[in-house]
Amino acid sequence: MVTVRISDDALAIACGADQVAAAFARAGHAVERVSSWGMQWLEPLVEIDGMGFGPATADDVAAIIDGSSPLGIGRIEDHPFIAGQQRLTFARAGKTRPTSLEDYAATGGWKGLERARAIGGAATIEEVIASGLRGRGGAGFPTGIKWRTVAGAAAAQKYIVCNADEGDSATFADRMVMEGDPYMLIEGMAIAGFAVGADKGYIYVRSEYPHAIAKLETAIKASAHIVAPFDVEVRVGAGAYVCGEETSLLNSLEGKRGEVRAKPPIPALEGLFGQPTIVNNVLSLAAVPYIMAEGAKAYADYGMGRSRGTMPIQLAGNIKHGGLYETAFGISLGALVNEIGGGTQSGRPIKAVQVGGPLGAYLHPDQFEIPFDYEAYAAVDALIGHGGITVFDDTADMAGMARFAMEFCAVESCGKCTPCRIGSIRGRELIERILDRAPRRRDVVETLPQMHNAKTAPRALEDEIALLEDLCETMKFGSLCALGGFTPYPVMSALKHWPEDFGAVRTAEAAE
Amino acid sequence: MVHGAQSGLDEIVARHAGREGPLLPILHDVQAEYGYVSEDAKRHIASALNLSRADVHGVVSFYHDFRDEKAHQPVLKLCRAEACQARGVEALVAGAEAAAEGRVTIEPVYCLGLCSVGPNAMIGSSVHARLDGPKLDALIKGLA
Repeated sequence: MVTVRISDDALAIACGADQVAAAFARAGHAVERVSSWGMQWLEPLVEIDGMGFGPATADDVAAIIDGSSPLGIGRIEDHPFIAGQQRLTFARAGKTRPTSLEDYAATGGWKGLERARAIGGAATIEEVIASGLRGRGGAGFPTGIKWRTVAGAAAAQKYIVCNADEGDSATFADRMVMEGDPYMLIEGMAIAGFAVGADKGYIYVRSEYPHAIAKLETAIKASAHIVAPFDVEVRVGAGAYVCGEETSLLNSLEGKRGEVRAKPPIPALEGLFGQPTIVNNVLSLAAVPYIMAEGAKAYADYGMGRSRGTMPIQLAGNIKHGGLYETAFGISLGALVNEIGGGTQSGRPIKAVQVGGPLGAYLHPDQFEIPFDYEAYAAVDALIGHGGITVFDDTADMAGMARFAMEFCAVESCGKCTPCRIGSIRGRELIERILDRAPRRRDVVETLPQMHNAKTAPRALEDEIALLEDLCETMKFGSLCALGGFTPYPVMSALKHWPEDFGAVRTAEAAE
Repeated sequence: MVHGAQSGLDEIVARHAGREGPLLPILHDVQAEYGYVSEDAKRHIASALNLSRADVHGVVSFYHDFRDEKAHQPVLKLCRAEACQARGVEALVAGAEAAAEGRVTIEPVYCLGLCSVGPNAMIGSSVHARLDGPKLDALIKGLA
């Protein structure tokens, strides 16, 4: 009998990990369910004495045990995908049983909370500021500064809200933290609560993550005595993408429609139920225990420029080696998708890479030198967002993806501001007209004799494209939140780099 | 509404009464228990929480998870977000609809967080990855 370690992460389960685990158990072996290493193309990954085998099925049990299986990848920790990483937040990934308090404490758990309690709230906040940690949800706002604002606000009740509404396509790092290392998130929240004087925390998890919800519920119960008097509660979202926006999330927590609030007031001063509230992403809070345990400098030594520390980058879409890759800021996009990711799963050339989820720009292979850094991406009208990377091969239709971006915005818009609510619909119609080669004709009103200034000719393709650009400007600068404000990024980047997909290269052909 | 449903609603409301912002947890439980949030349920919850019926209706209609009407057949949620599109989900949609023969509702969902192993689908709370035509067909036929 040997001890077999298999992940119980939702992704591993979706790939058949439960069946594999059951098959090993039937064969008389001890099965330990652990967190995922994040080498997702190998899931279900079976680990025996540090050696990996994957992707395994129930039929592979005998061959894995007798050593004849061709699925062996050698020692997991030595695999280039793992060995090349700098795992601070995901240091326990693959190594511990997610809801085992024993495993957590044995791997340095609760040390950050202990140190925070020892040095006091103000010093804790200074430590987080010194680490250079910035909001990992996408906005990149300095986490410690937000904490200081909440600490300085006078109120009888303050809240710590963890934004776990990870709705961006190509992102799963929050899910992996919640499912694989839930105590680390709870510890991060407890440190935040201690630092700013909040005794209540909410984790707002999307309903599409039932496995994460279950793990969190178990972990919260088991660790209540450790984080007390801080109290954590899970709240489940209800399928609205926009609730990942912090003010919309707060409205949802309060039991309202998830409509975005105008800022100011900022949530740090008037947040949940009007009280001072820290709203931090899962990855921001999960980085805190390391910072507190090892010191701000240990964290800030990683990274480049104003992007300090590490970023758990998520490699997804049409990629050969997809998974969780945590590394210091500064790594190039080309290294991520080609060297680490191994290119496309389909074996075809890469056409486009979307970074930052549905609101992130499509980057062209010509831009692969760009370093992973908040400012470097902003400089080319792109964003790193929550660190999700989606690879597309040369069969992708970028005009179709631009249309999808507008359609997605239309479906998920909260409806509060006009540029997003109406703009996204008009944007979808515009792109459809461009794709159908059916420029808009004059409507009844425009043909009235009073309409002296109305154009008499139907719009040419280039007029429609100019209008699309104009609409994107309006959405970008006129929307209340990032949903309407950033939807232009994928649209404009697709138009800029792949005009041929819109059939509208601005040449003689388009001017006909 | 029959008497049993009424007392069931009371129980759900009572379960969450002491919480801050109880409306979403209540609606989740009602949706799970009855499969939808009926007009009667909206009025009942509104009166219990001292809200207007319009407030509750507004919340129910805002979120994709809450339904006005009971789903009369099984639902399979197929991820149609960018990462699954990059892995070919759109080519599976027509086949899935055909396999469903109108007896299974194929709903889009935008991301299940399994973005490197798509196309992905979710049935209830069970997740399925690396789908191709035959695997998706088998899932759908298993529901119909």
